[in-house]
Amino acid sequence: MSDSKLSIDQVTMTNPGRDRTVVAVLAIAAVVLLAGLVAPQWAKFLLTIALAKGLVVLGLLPQMRTGLVSFGQALYYCLGAYAAGLAGKWAAVSDLMVMILIGGSVAGLLALLVGVLLSRYRSIFYGLLSLALSMILYGLLVKTEALGSTDGFNVAPYTLFGYRPEQDAVRYVMLSVVTIIAAISSLVVHRHLQTPLGRMTTAIRDNEIRLEYMGASARRVIYVNYVIGAVLAGFGGAIVASAVGHIDPEMAYWTMSGEFVFMAILAGTASVLAPFLGASIFSAIHSFAFDVSPNTWQMILGASLLLVIVFLPEGLWSLFRRARRA
Amino acid sequence: MTLIVSAENLNKRFGAVTAAQDISVGIERDSVVGLIGTNGAGKTTFINMVTGYLKPDSGRILFDGEDITQLSPREVTRRGVSRSFQIAQLYNTLTVMENIMVALSVVLDNAGRSGFFSFADPVVPGFDQRPHDVANMLLERFQLQAYRDRPAQILPGGVRKLLDIALTLVAKPKVLFLDEPTSGVSAQEKFGMMDMVMDNIRSQGGTVLFVEHDMEVISRFSDRVLAFYDGRIIADGPPERTLNDPDVLKYVVGGQHAKG
Repeated sequence: MSDSKLSIDQVTMTNPGRDRTVVAVLAIAAVVLLAGLVAPQWAKFLLTIALAKGLVVLGLLPQMRTGLVSFGQALYYCLGAYAAGLAGKWAAVSDLMVMILIGGSVAGLLALLVGVLLSRYRSIFYGLLSLALSMILYGLLVKTEALGSTDGFNVAPYTLFGYRPEQDAVRYVMLSVVTIIAAISSLVVHRHLQTPLGRMTTAIRDNEIRLEYMGASARRVIYVNYVIGAVLAGFGGAIVASAVGHIDPEMAYWTMSGEFVFMAILAGTASVLAPFLGASIFSAIHSFAFDVSPNTWQMILGASLLLVIVFLPEGLWSLFRRARRA
Repeated sequence: MTLIVSAENLNKRFGAVTAAQDISVGIERDSVVGLIGTNGAGKTTFINMVTGYLKPDSGRILFDGEDITQLSPREVTRRGVSRSFQIAQLYNTLTVMENIMVALSVVLDNAGRSGFFSFADPVVPGFDQRPHDVANMLLERFQLQAYRDRPAQILPGGVRKLLDIALTLVAKPKVLFLDEPTSGVSAQEKFGMMDMVMDNIRSQGGTVLFVEHDMEVISRFSDRVLAFYDGRIIADGPPERTLNDPDVLKYVVGGQHAKG
C-alpha cells in the first residue's frame, strides 16, 4: 500500500493493514439484515433487544478502557426510554427515528451536566456515584403517579418516516433500524478511539499521572467518553421502549446496570463488536437458562460469567484474537 | 544569554526534612546543566517544583518570564517544560509504537487538532510531519524499531528509559528535565546511551537539566553543574570547577558514604 493513500490510517492506527473492524461491522450488519428476512418473529424480537442493549454496552466500552466502570448506565437507558415514551404520550411523536434521537439527546444532555461532577472521580467512587444517580431516577419514577409509578406506561406502536409497517413487518423494520444504528454507532466509537482523544483513553488506565505530565487533561477524556456512553444508552433505552411497547422504572434499577456490566465483561472491550456479542450471548444464556430451570436461572448465568472470568479474563472476544494469532 | 528558567528563593520542607532551602538559580536558554548530589540532597524536589508537581512553601519560579509557581504539571508542560522519570513512566499495556502515538495525541489535542469529525490530515506541530512519520523517526533515532510492537511492560530496563525520554521529546519541550537517565543502565552502555539522547535533544534544540551520579557522564555532557547538598546549592559553575570544589568533594563526590 502506498504511503500517500494511507494518510488517515497512518495518523490513527498502529497497524492499518490489520484492522478489519469496518469491514466486519458492515458484513455482520448485512448478515443480520438478510437473516432477519427469514428468522421467526421471536428471534427478531430477541435480536432487537440484544442489539439495543449492545448499544448501551458499547457506551460502556470507552469508559472501561479508561479503567472506569459505570454501575449506573441504566440511568441513561431508562431516561432514553422515558424521554421517547413521553414524546409519544405528550407530543404524539410516533416516528421511531425521532424517538431514538430524543432518547439519545435527553440522555446526552443530562450527561453533559453530570459528567462535570463524575469526571473528577476514579475507581470505585466513579462506579458507585453513577450507581447512586441511577437509583435517584428510579426513586423519582417510582414516586411519580403521573408517569404510572411502578407500573410505568405503554408506548404506542411506531411509525417510520410517516408509514406504519404492516403487522408482519413491524419487527423486521425495527430490527433493520436497530441494526443500522448499531452499525453506525460502532463505527463512530471505533473512529473515536483512534482520534487523539480516544488514544488517551487506554493511557489513562495505564498511567494517568504520566498523561497529565504530557500536558493532557484526563478529566476531559473521561468526560467525553461519559457523554458518548450516555447518548448510546439513551438510544438503547428508546429502542427497547418502542420494541417492548412498555416502560417502567425497573429500567433504572441497579440490577439493570449490573446486566450491562455483565455483558461487557462477558465479551471484553477489545473491539466495538464485542458489546453486541456480549449482549447476544447474554440474551441466549438467559433464554436457555430460563427454559431449563425457571427458578435457578441466575445460577447458570452466574456460573457462565465465572467461567469466562477464570478462563478468558479478557472476555469472549479474546478467542478471536487467539484464533488470529494461531 | 537569556534565562529560560529562573528560581527565586525556593523553600520546601517535608516535616523535619528541609528539601529545598533558599534555592535561587537561573538557567540559560539552550544550556545543558548537570544536577549532582547524594540521595535526599534536593535534586528531585527541585525538578518536582519546577515541573509543578510540588508547590514550594515560599519563593517563585519564572519560566520564560512568566510566573509558573502555582501551575499544575499539565499547565507547566503545555508551556514547554517536559520531564522524564527516575523510574520510567510508560503506558505498560500499550506497545512502544502506541506509547509514542499517545504522546503525539496529546500534542495534537493541545494544538486543537483532535476534533471528533476532523478528517483532515494532521501535521504534528513543531515537526511538520504526520504523526506516523514522527513516530517512525523517533523509533529510529532511539533505536527502538525492534521493539515497535512489544508491550512496554516486557521491555528491558534500558529500553524503558529510552522510550520514556523519547516520549518527552514529542512535545518539543523548551526545557527538558531528565531524572537519572542512565540509572539501571550498565557502566559500559551509559556513554552510548547519553550520546544518543543528547544528540536527539540537540537536533531539536532546547535546554536540558539532568540528574546523574556518574561524574564522568556529568563532566562530559554538561556545560554547567549544580551541586545539591541538604536542600541547598553548594556549588555552581562549569564541570571542571564544580567537581573540584572542596565542598563538593567533601559532601557529594566523596560523600556517598558519609550521607546515605
